[in-house]
Amino acid sequence: MNFRRTVQLLMVAALIVVASVLALKPHVAPVSWLPLTNLLRLGLDLRGGVHVVLEAVDTPEATVTAEGVRQAMAVLENRINQFGVVEPVIQQQGARRIIVELAGIKDPDEAVQTLIKPAYLEFKTEEGQVIVTGRDLQDAREAKDPQSGEVEVNLTFTPVGARKFAEATLEATRVQPHKHIGIYLDGQLLQNPQVREPITTGKARITGYASLEEAHRIAVLLRSGALPVKLEIVEKRTVGPTLGSDSLDRSVKAGILGLGTILIFMIGYYRAPGLMANLALLLYMVLVLAVFTALKVTMTLPGIAGFLLSLGMAVDANIIIFERLKEELRAGRTLRAAIDVGFKRAFVAVFDANMTTLLAAAVLYYLGTGPVRGFAVTLSIGILTSMFTAVTVTRWLLHLLAGTGLVKNLKLYGA
Amino acid sequence: MALRPHFIHLRRYWYALSLLVILPGLVALLWHKVHDGRFLNWGIDFTGGSLIELRFHRAVELPEIRNVLARYGLEAAEVRQSGPADFLIRTRELTEEEGRAIIGDLDRQLGGATLLRNERVGAKIGSELAAKALTALFLGLILMGIYITVRFEFKQGVAAVVALLHDVLVTVGLLALFWIPVDSSFVPAILTVIGYSINDTIIIFDRIRENMRHIRKGETLEDVVNASLWQTLARSINTVLTVLFMLLALYFLGGSTLRHFILTMLIGVVSGCYSSICNASPVWVDLKLRERRRPQVRPARA
Repeated sequence: MNFRRTVQLLMVAALIVVASVLALKPHVAPVSWLPLTNLLRLGLDLRGGVHVVLEAVDTPEATVTAEGVRQAMAVLENRINQFGVVEPVIQQQGARRIIVELAGIKDPDEAVQTLIKPAYLEFKTEEGQVIVTGRDLQDAREAKDPQSGEVEVNLTFTPVGARKFAEATLEATRVQPHKHIGIYLDGQLLQNPQVREPITTGKARITGYASLEEAHRIAVLLRSGALPVKLEIVEKRTVGPTLGSDSLDRSVKAGILGLGTILIFMIGYYRAPGLMANLALLLYMVLVLAVFTALKVTMTLPGIAGFLLSLGMAVDANIIIFERLKEELRAGRTLRAAIDVGFKRAFVAVFDANMTTLLAAAVLYYLGTGPVRGFAVTLSIGILTSMFTAVTVTRWLLHLLAGTGLVKNLKLYGA
Repeated sequence: MALRPHFIHLRRYWYALSLLVILPGLVALLWHKVHDGRFLNWGIDFTGGSLIELRFHRAVELPEIRNVLARYGLEAAEVRQSGPADFLIRTRELTEEEGRAIIGDLDRQLGGATLLRNERVGAKIGSELAAKALTALFLGLILMGIYITVRFEFKQGVAAVVALLHDVLVTVGLLALFWIPVDSSFVPAILTVIGYSINDTIIIFDRIRENMRHIRKGETLEDVVNASLWQTLARSINTVLTVLFMLLALYFLGGSTLRHFILTMLIGVVSGCYSSICNASPVWVDLKLRERRRPQVRPARA
């Protein structure tokens, strides 16, 4: 027995086991980032949220242009920022589509409704002449009147808007007092107040809301401006937070059971090399999770399934190599020579086999969107990492094991 | 040597077994096309429509849900239980207002409900996805064929693609036979199956390539291929086992959302393992033998 080598092997083994336990198992109360998987970004399907695909459609008033879609995205972004959503996604897809993803909001359907409202504000005279529009608006804030308790939205016009508004109210009061000015939102009359005196300060207020929330929503719409094109929902997927955490929980349980079964099977069938393959598999798991975290890969439900399946496939390279190792030992080679020849002969097969799976992943990435792309990325990362752990790491571990002289019986290597 | 069936000599039986699984599936596909107007049980991802999943706070019976839906003229809706207190409702595409009204009604009138999922897919998006799925499938098959042709030879590429088509037909056929819902996860599932199956085939082809270099006198092509299959058999079985462990754990413990994805993979992985051993190499042998017959004819013509 070689003492130094034995200590080396035990330390490597301990390190890998500790790292994988820290990566998976929680229960370290004061440390918020343990387990390491807490650092992973979770997709909408795992933490709840809404994924919606909007399509810009032509209307008699406005045809869709590239510029219009770009402006619409800016408006959407503006509105979303006011919801206080963490890490929203706003993405253009093709010429006319916009993908929006909002996670962790209380009423996603309501939010989507607000999001695609045109929000076109107009002040019109009784004769139907437009005085000012949302374009002339500088700010809109909801407030509660401290005395009456009435909810209102206070408007501040831009200098240009203030001038136009002043002119119109001057004109109105000069011709005939008590004229009305209509306030329209998306063509609907919100209010029809009387003008008692010219308003020259550039400030106006709208009252008559049921709640402060309603006033807030209107204020947000007004502040973010009008959508230059009409947006329609072509796809919407809402996942409640209950289902999200449920799915995550079940997948983790299934993953641990599946992994446990694989580990037991590998030791049961391949003995000493199987143990080394298990260490490599645990290292593979930790490495892949680390790469996911570093690349900020968003974990979706199919992504997790893909990762778990890759655990099953990652041992494949080892199985190929160990079967080869057995043959070489039976052919009468020494242990060390058998390890080297086994790895060398098996490598070509492992390489070709993994390349084709990478090809499949590339097709998925090229043609897929959203979750399917996520699946393709997780699959590819898994394949590349497993080539490293299953080939390089296992080989090194096997040599280390051979060096310790702990296992002399070649039967334990499958001979 | 112990009793070892000769894989290649038995190939007619393997082909027959494949057909025995594929033919009922094809019949089911056509039967459903005639009776239901569609080959497969396409989900809303492909057809367009709305899907609402709710968790009720008290025990709720199916007719109660149907009663509420009937008020909206949704008698044709598909309602099924997806968990102890969970129900899945699939309808035509609902507008935002309709969707909200129905969920609100179900919540108020059936003792409270938590919204688990609410999905709405336009018909246009659905048909685009179907087109993409087909493109992905064919692109995947062609690329695999090309890769094998480059790394091995053309006839092996053809044999491998035949084996992959076998997996696609088995999977699609069984999906039709058992009328399993097919959603957007179908595309990644079938492509992963293809990637996995070709993986298996390559390992075997690699071994055949190696053994052909040291071919002994009197050894026929059939014998070399048979020996290669036996040499890689333990690996083929062990690899499919480790993947099956994980798939079965996910099938029984994983959530309902992924169940169809996992089921598709389960069928595909088993079929992939079978086709790599019992279809790919035997088909290649058949192609090879045909090629050898030709030179014997040529001198006669000359």
